[in-house]
Amino acid sequence: MQMTRQEVGKLLAKQGILIAFVVFMIGFALANQRFIGIDNVAGVIRSSAILGVMALGVTFVVIGGNLDLSVGSMMSFSTIVVLDLHDKIGPALAIPAMFALTLCLGAFIGFLVGYLKLNSLIVTLGMLSAIHGLTLTWSGGKNMDIADKAGTWFSFFGQDRIMGIPVPILIFALLAAGLTLLLSKTPFGRKVYAVGGNGQAATFSGIPRARVVFYTYLISAFCVAVAGLLQASRSLGSQNTVGQGMELEVLAAVILGGASLLGGSGTVFKTVIGVLILGFIQNGLLLVGLDFYVQYIVTWAIIILAVWLDVAAKRGRLWSPIA
Amino acid sequence: MTDQTPVLRLEGIVKTFPGVRALDGVSFDVRPGEVHALMGENGAGKSTLMKVLGGIHAPNEGQIFIGEEPVIVTSPKQAKAKGVVFIHQELSLADELTVAENIFLGELPLKSFGRVDWGKLYDDTNAILKTLNVGFDAKTRVGDLSIANQQMVEIGRALTVSPRAVIFDEPTASLTDAEKVVLFEVIAGLQAKGVGIIYISHRMEEIFKITDRISVLRDGQYRGTVNTADTNEDEVTKLMIGRSLDLSRSPVTHELGEVALEAQGLSCGDLFEDVSFKLHKGEVLGFYGLVGAGRTEIAETIFGLRTPSAGKILLNGQEVRISSPIDAVRQGISLVPEDRKDQGLVLGMNCRDNMTLPQVDDLTAGPFVSDGAEIAIFDQYRDKLDIRTPGWRQTVGNLSGGNQQKIVIGKWLSMRPDVLIVDEPTRGIDVGSKSEIHNLIRELAAQGYAVIVISSEMPEVLRVSDRIVAMFNGHVMREFTSEEVTEDNLIQAISGLSDAAA
Repeated sequence: MQMTRQEVGKLLAKQGILIAFVVFMIGFALANQRFIGIDNVAGVIRSSAILGVMALGVTFVVIGGNLDLSVGSMMSFSTIVVLDLHDKIGPALAIPAMFALTLCLGAFIGFLVGYLKLNSLIVTLGMLSAIHGLTLTWSGGKNMDIADKAGTWFSFFGQDRIMGIPVPILIFALLAAGLTLLLSKTPFGRKVYAVGGNGQAATFSGIPRARVVFYTYLISAFCVAVAGLLQASRSLGSQNTVGQGMELEVLAAVILGGASLLGGSGTVFKTVIGVLILGFIQNGLLLVGLDFYVQYIVTWAIIILAVWLDVAAKRGRLWSPIA
Repeated sequence: MTDQTPVLRLEGIVKTFPGVRALDGVSFDVRPGEVHALMGENGAGKSTLMKVLGGIHAPNEGQIFIGEEPVIVTSPKQAKAKGVVFIHQELSLADELTVAENIFLGELPLKSFGRVDWGKLYDDTNAILKTLNVGFDAKTRVGDLSIANQQMVEIGRALTVSPRAVIFDEPTASLTDAEKVVLFEVIAGLQAKGVGIIYISHRMEEIFKITDRISVLRDGQYRGTVNTADTNEDEVTKLMIGRSLDLSRSPVTHELGEVALEAQGLSCGDLFEDVSFKLHKGEVLGFYGLVGAGRTEIAETIFGLRTPSAGKILLNGQEVRISSPIDAVRQGISLVPEDRKDQGLVLGMNCRDNMTLPQVDDLTAGPFVSDGAEIAIFDQYRDKLDIRTPGWRQTVGNLSGGNQQKIVIGKWLSMRPDVLIVDEPTRGIDVGSKSEIHNLIRELAAQGYAVIVISSEMPEVLRVSDRIVAMFNGHVMREFTSEEVTEDNLIQAISGLSDAAA
C-alpha cells in the first residue's frame, strides 16, 4: 500500500509527537546503554514527579480554555513558605498553612480570570512576577533552610520510600489517579470540557462558566502546593527561584500530552505521558553528554513542534495557506 | 433609454453545494438606467447569487455577461474593476480611519517611494462626496458618522470606478424614513447616468416605489421577471412563496391549557420596549420580524442572559426573577438558541455528553456521572427525534445540520421544560429535516408543551404557529391568530407600515 503525500502529512500531524519521541528514544538508547536501564528509568520518573504534579493541575486550566503561567513562581512561594514556617510553627502546622496560602493565590487568579473574565495569559504572566515579588518579600531575599535537617520527619515526602517506591512517585501516581476520576467521571469534569470546548454553549446550557474556571485555578494551585511540599521536603532548604522557568516546562508537558491550547481537549493520562516524554528527552540529552543548558533550547523547540502539530492535526495537514 | 444592451446579464446560473442545489438555472438581465429588484424569501438563494456575482463562489453552470462580454468573476475586486460593485447590508468600514481612507482603501493614490498622495486623496474623495450631496467631508472619522452617512461612504466606495452596475443589498434595513429619501435620490442619480441597479429588499413599499422590474427567486429557482408597473404586491408574494399557505398550515386541533408564560411590559434598554404576550400550554406562539427587530433579545431576556430594564415575567401565574440561564433552567425554561454552532453545541464533544450537559449534575451515581443514566436519556431522545448518528460516541461536529439541531432540541426536551423557546429552528438545515422539525414542534404543542418559535422565514412561522406576534424595531406591532393572518398583513406589520406614528 502506497501512502500519498497527503496521508503522510496527516499521519505526521496526528501522531508526530509519538513518532518524534520514539526516534529520540531509539537514538538515545543507541548512544548510551544506560538510558534504558531500570535505575535510569526510575530516576527519570522520580525527578519528573514535581513537574508532573504541577502539570496535572495545569491540565485542568488548559482544558478549561485558559493558561497558567504562574505555577513556577507559585511553586517557589510554596516551597519558601513551608520551609520558613517549619521552624516557626512546626511541620504539622506549616503544611496546612502553606496549602491555605497557595490556594488563596489560586483563588485570586481564578477570580480575575473566571469572574472578571480577564485574559488568562496577561493575568498569570503578571502573577508570575507578582508572586515572585511576594516570595522575596517573605524571605527577605535570603535562601531558606531548615535548621535541624536530620531531626525532622518533614523529609518523608521528598526522600522516603514506601515498599521500595519513592514517596514523590507515589504521590504523583495517587494524585494523577484521583484527578483522572475527577476529570473524566464527575459532572465537574464534564463541565470543564464544555467550558473549554465552547464557553458560550456552556453558558447557554446553564453551566456556571465563571465558577468552573475558578475551580480549575484552585485545582492548579492545590497541585502547586503539593509540588512545593515535595520540593521543600526533598531539599530541606531552597532558593527563592526554585520554580523559575517551570511554568514553560509544565505547559510543554501538557501540550505534548495532546491537550489543545484552545481548550476542550486533553486528559490527565495524556499529560502524564507528556511529562514522561519531556523527562526522558531531557535525561537523554544529559546522558549523550550535552550541557544541562541545552535542555532549555530543546524544551522550547518541543513546545513549538507540539503547537504546530496541534494546529496541523486540526486542519488535517502540516501546512495550509489559510489559518 | 438609448442603448438597451443590458449592463449585466446572467444566463442559467447553477450553484450546488453538497446536498443542496442553491441556485438552479437563474437568468435575468439588468438594463442601463434600470432599478431591478431581486426578491425572495430568506434562503431563496439571493445571497448565494450575490456571492456568485462577486466571485466568492464559482458557478457550476451558466454564464455571467458584463455588457456583451462573457466574464468569469474571481473576486469582488475584479468584479469592481469590471464595473460591478456591491453595497453590502453589513457595513464593512474601518471606524478609526477617515472617510477618504475608507473610500480608497486598498487603492490609495501614491506618490514616489510609496508615499500616500494625501492632497489627491482628499480632492478625489470630496469630488465623490459632492455627487452624493452629503454634509460631511473627506477628513471626517467614519466612526463619528451616523449609520446612514456610513452607508453613503460605502456607496462612495463604489464610485471610485465609474460603475456599470451597482448592487444594493437591503440598503434601507437600518435607515429612517428621511434617510431613505436621501438614499433614493442617490439611486436616482446613478440611474440618470445609465448605471444599472440591482436592489435587494423585503420591503414591498420601497420595491414598488423605486424599481422598474422585479425578478423573483424561490428555493434557488428563478421564478420570473415582471414589470413593476404591471404587477401588484399579491402577485409578487405569490411568486415568492409559491404554494398555497393554507395547505401547509396545521390547524389548531387541541384545547389550549392555562397560561404558562406571560410577559408584561417587558423592556430591555433600546433593544425592545413594552413587550407583552401570553403563552398557553399546548400552544405555539410565533415571533416574526426582520433581523434586529428584538425577537432574539426577548428570548435571551426570558432565559436570563439579559437583564430586563422594565416589566415582569410570570411563570404559571407567579412573577419570577431570572438572572441567569441556571435560574431559567431551574424554573423550567429551555432555549434552543439561534446559533447552533456557537451557542447550542460543544462541537468537539460527543452526542451523548452534549445532550445531557444541562442536567449532568443530576445524572450521578455517588460522586460520578452515571453512564447508564446518560445513555438511557440519549437513546430515548435519539429514538423520539429520529436522530441519525452511528452512536453516542460520535463527535457532534461530524453530524449534519439537521441532526445537530435535533441534538440541541433533545438536550432541552430531556429537561422536560414548561416553556420551550426555539430560535430559528431550521436555520441552515436541508428541506427534509426542516419539515421533520416543523412536525416535531407541532407534536410538542399537542403534548401540552408551551412553545415559542422565533423565525425569520414566513412560511415557517405560518406553518408552526397558533398565534403570531409581529415585531418591528423592538416593538410588538400586532398579534395575529392563525385565522386572521395573511402574508400581506404580516409583511406590513413587520415593516412598520401599520404603525403610522413610528
